[in-house]
Amino acid sequence: MPVWLFIFLAALAVISALGVILQRNPVHCVLALALVLIDMGILFIGLGAETVGFLQIIVYVGAIMVLFLFVIWLLNIQTEERTSEGHLGLKFFGAIAAAALIAEFFAIFLNTPAAMTPRPLPVDYGSIASLAHLLFSSYLVAFEVTSVLLLAAIVGAIALARRVQRAGETVIHQLSSSVTSTEKAA
Amino acid sequence: MFIELLIGAIKAIVVVLVVLNLTALMLWFERKGAALIQDRIGANRANVLGIGKRLGMPNFGMVNTILCDPIKMFMKEDFVPDGADHFLHGLAPFLALFPVIVTFAVAPMSDILRIGRYTIDLQPANLNVGALYILATIGIGVYGVALSGWSSNNRWALLGGIRATAQMISYEIALGLAILAVVVSYGSLDLQTICRHQGGVWFGFLPRWGILLQPVSFILLMVAGMAESKRVPFDLPEAESELIAGYFTEYSGGKQAVFMMTDFAEVVLVAMLATTFFFGGWQVPWLYRDGFHFPGGGHLLVPNLIVAVLEFIAFWVKVVVLCWLQILVRWTLPRFRYDQLMRLGWKGLVPIGLANLVVTAFVVVVAGAK
Repeated sequence: MPVWLFIFLAALAVISALGVILQRNPVHCVLALALVLIDMGILFIGLGAETVGFLQIIVYVGAIMVLFLFVIWLLNIQTEERTSEGHLGLKFFGAIAAAALIAEFFAIFLNTPAAMTPRPLPVDYGSIASLAHLLFSSYLVAFEVTSVLLLAAIVGAIALARRVQRAGETVIHQLSSSVTSTEKAA
Repeated sequence: MFIELLIGAIKAIVVVLVVLNLTALMLWFERKGAALIQDRIGANRANVLGIGKRLGMPNFGMVNTILCDPIKMFMKEDFVPDGADHFLHGLAPFLALFPVIVTFAVAPMSDILRIGRYTIDLQPANLNVGALYILATIGIGVYGVALSGWSSNNRWALLGGIRATAQMISYEIALGLAILAVVVSYGSLDLQTICRHQGGVWFGFLPRWGILLQPVSFILLMVAGMAESKRVPFDLPEAESELIAGYFTEYSGGKQAVFMMTDFAEVVLVAMLATTFFFGGWQVPWLYRDGFHFPGGGHLLVPNLIVAVLEFIAFWVKVVVLCWLQILVRWTLPRFRYDQLMRLGWKGLVPIGLANLVVTAFVVVVAGAK
């Protein structure tokens, strides 16, 4: 991957990540987040991990971000108003978290040797075969546990959905109220 | 270096031009085909300078559908409704069209062509994870439709957008399972490799095309693909009787034309996928690298250039035939109800796809990987 391409993609990722937190309309935030994830997928592909990159785009951009959009539309989340003063406790813990993050970054930067010598990659690096080999040997337990977790989540979701009677009506009601409030906002 | 770049650019331009022209041709196919099925005459105007008449040809109405209609569309006023999100409203049509067009970057148009010392792989972008690339671009395609519905500030548009999104996400799973079964049986994600595996013959005469190996998968891919392209019988997102025009209700002129183009480009895309995975891609029956080897035992040796050209033509002929099949379906079946659509997707196609995948994996493991 040429350096200029890396710098361009990295800058785009940072700018869209800023867009996620700086924009007030939640739909715009989700789109910015989708852009960050596409960007990271392209970075993966450029660094030779093609399978991971495309899977990232399929799973996160193609499914999870669309789910976010649905949640925003169906739960009727509005454009945020800027409040004059935030919650003091939130500000306090936010400052601590930000300081910890910055300290971590410094620790990483200081401990990185100035010039990392690039090692030659294995021939099948990033191919689906090598990925599958890793998943079914070194990381087998984690892989299987994750799939059981996902199965449990599916069963739980179905159990919750079946308990709510006449769910369709509720959804349509919320949807129309969402449109009404969008009109009001406009 | 320069020559390689030039070859790459030519391949990209050729595939985009073929797809865009096929899209326009599909519009004519659709109108004339619908007219034939409904026992009407259909498009028959605009005989330019009377050339067709002078040659004694019947007037097929190609000029007004392919030339005049798009010009009319792009000349119309581009209207943005009050309260719409201007940026997203303008972006959405292109967000819908772009992923469909870029998917053709992996279209295996032909096998390797040798000119002088250059060896040209006639796939515009030779990705070794081509099948995953297709699924990724199809996944991104949802955004254009979803956002066009939301940004129009219109109830019908929003409902249409939500219907379209739910439908596309649901049928993507069936589509992925159909492609996965093929990938498992050929043991590769690279579309050129999948096409090469479909060369040769069974029993001395039958081409080893994927449809004979994975018939269930073919039906799954066609049904799920037609649902992805949001056309009858799956056109609930734009059901005129309920939603005016669904997600593109508030679009006019050129942007509406772009949505129409997206629909047709998706039809071509589904045909391209079915051709690649189930009809041998560029394979011509009994044609090998060096020429024809007929079942009777006859040989006809052909130079490499002609082999490549024949394969290129074969690929696009198969695509056009499958496009025609989809139009036939579109004008034959009525529209589903929404619960029927979801039932077909989740309780019909997904379990069949899973079962097909399990059986395929079992057979591949038992019989040894191909």
